[in-house]
Amino acid sequence: MAKAHVYKRDHINTDEIIPARYLNTDDQAELARHCLEDLDKDFVNKVKEGDVIVAGEDFGCGSSREHAVWAIRGAKVQTVIAKSFARIFYRNAINNGFYIIESPDALEKINDGDEVEIDYKAGLIKNKTASIDISFNPLPDFALEIINDGGLLEHITKRTTD
Amino acid sequence: MGMTITEKILAKAVGKAKVVPGQLVDAKIDIVMCHDITTPPAISMLEEKGIDKVFDREKIVVTPDHFQPAKDIKSAELHKRLDGWAKRHNIKYYYKIGRAGVCHALLPEQGHIRPGEVIVGPDSHTCTYGAFAAFSTGIGSTDAAAAIATGQLWFKVPASMKFVLNGSLGPGVYSKDVVLAVIARVGTDGARYKAMEFVGPALKDMSMEARMTITNMAIEAGAKSGIIGFDDVTKQYLDEHLKDKTDYTVYESDSDAQYDAVEEFDCSAIEPMVALPHLPSGGVPIGECAGKEMDQAYIGSCTNGRIEDLRIAAGILKGKQVAIRTLIVPATPVIWKQAKDEGLFDIFYEAGCVISAPTCGACLGGFMGVLAAGEKCVSTTNRNFVGRMGHPESEVYLASPATAAASAVEGKLADPRSFL
Repeated sequence: MAKAHVYKRDHINTDEIIPARYLNTDDQAELARHCLEDLDKDFVNKVKEGDVIVAGEDFGCGSSREHAVWAIRGAKVQTVIAKSFARIFYRNAINNGFYIIESPDALEKINDGDEVEIDYKAGLIKNKTASIDISFNPLPDFALEIINDGGLLEHITKRTTD
Repeated sequence: MGMTITEKILAKAVGKAKVVPGQLVDAKIDIVMCHDITTPPAISMLEEKGIDKVFDREKIVVTPDHFQPAKDIKSAELHKRLDGWAKRHNIKYYYKIGRAGVCHALLPEQGHIRPGEVIVGPDSHTCTYGAFAAFSTGIGSTDAAAAIATGQLWFKVPASMKFVLNGSLGPGVYSKDVVLAVIARVGTDGARYKAMEFVGPALKDMSMEARMTITNMAIEAGAKSGIIGFDDVTKQYLDEHLKDKTDYTVYESDSDAQYDAVEEFDCSAIEPMVALPHLPSGGVPIGECAGKEMDQAYIGSCTNGRIEDLRIAAGILKGKQVAIRTLIVPATPVIWKQAKDEGLFDIFYEAGCVISAPTCGACLGGFMGVLAAGEKCVSTTNRNFVGRMGHPESEVYLASPATAAASAVEGKLADPRSFL
């Protein structure tokens, strides 16, 4: 069961997600070991495969470093649920085929450690601990196309071949 | 209904008469900027997918800058990957060490930025080039890979916000103070997904260097791009810097173009600003924070590492002694040589500063000036996030070169106007 790691913070930035001192590598497994290090040193010890991160406005602001998405994905996080996302982080997630969820309500309706289940097709976050459903707007079609193809480069390759 | 300059440039890039905000477009890219941290992953992706090609070897500009000269073995490996790729594809504009510099200072200086063009780069401060009436935005590594291979990229046409800069700057007040005041008002995500269009009489007196400081920080308000219209100042800079391709198209916003918001600023009333930790939107007038003790001053970066910035700093440091560690980082080799030739290095040396090779270095906590726990740095850079310049418990105070230099002399945040 997926556990929620909740950060009641806006503007969680790329320097906190993956500090620049680790940008001398693009190895996902190595980046994952430092995921969210400057926000929550203990995160990498707590996170389990399939867990989700929940946060406030403007998640991923700052640098264009795609390493932020790689670190989170490398830590086997299923998705990030935020009130809103910074522009480049949003692009990077889609381009990597990594589904992220924009939800105005999730931060208030999910507590740290709650168990959640996500129905991407229905646009539903099920908080099993609190027994409530939180609906979200699925990503726009063009983003879904890229994600379903497995990422931007796969999407381009497929489109060229088609 | 009219169009903004941003909409016109994007319409041209997709071969249409009109585009509207929110529209998804596949735009033709004119220039791709590449540096040493985010391009090597893009190269690896292209190799892995079996599409290791470049769309145009003359439209890709490569400069290692973030961790150069290589700060450690892993950075050296990144440089090696970048170097091998640039040579393999015979990239025409590949600036190797000795000619490499901080990308957003280097590309305009070397004549790669033209009005009306679409410029992308896997670096968030790529928005800097908007100072030249171009559409320019930061992207990720996957985006960069796609742009390098195909010369095309998907965009959502941004809505525009207009920032009217009225009045004129007082003594000791610079474009950095203006942009910090703008971000303090709109917030770190106040222009999220938008194009920030800067207009108004205060821009007239600003050099291209000063204007680039403003567009450089558009991303710090969450914007997709920042843009300033073409005028005589732009033309003169281009006349002096464009080399191989000297033709360009000038677009301007229609008088009935639509804006999501219009924000007016009286620049005459803006004071020297300092953005307090840990957000660039934490700007306050120097009067509210003067006296706060610092451990380091950093003068450099794509925001304020240009010759004009170094002259301003030297003007304050001349004949003085710095009270704290003070790093001077000319952004490019040309700026470095200019500063040396103008005697600025002598001033910095006499004042007790250290002068670095061009690099992004400590701005992002890479190397050459990283902070220890609890240390405070007054910096001419663009970000003051937690851990940005080093230890997560260090603090960064963003300011103009004048404020940073004045603070270096006093060892605490200081008003540059008392040094004029």
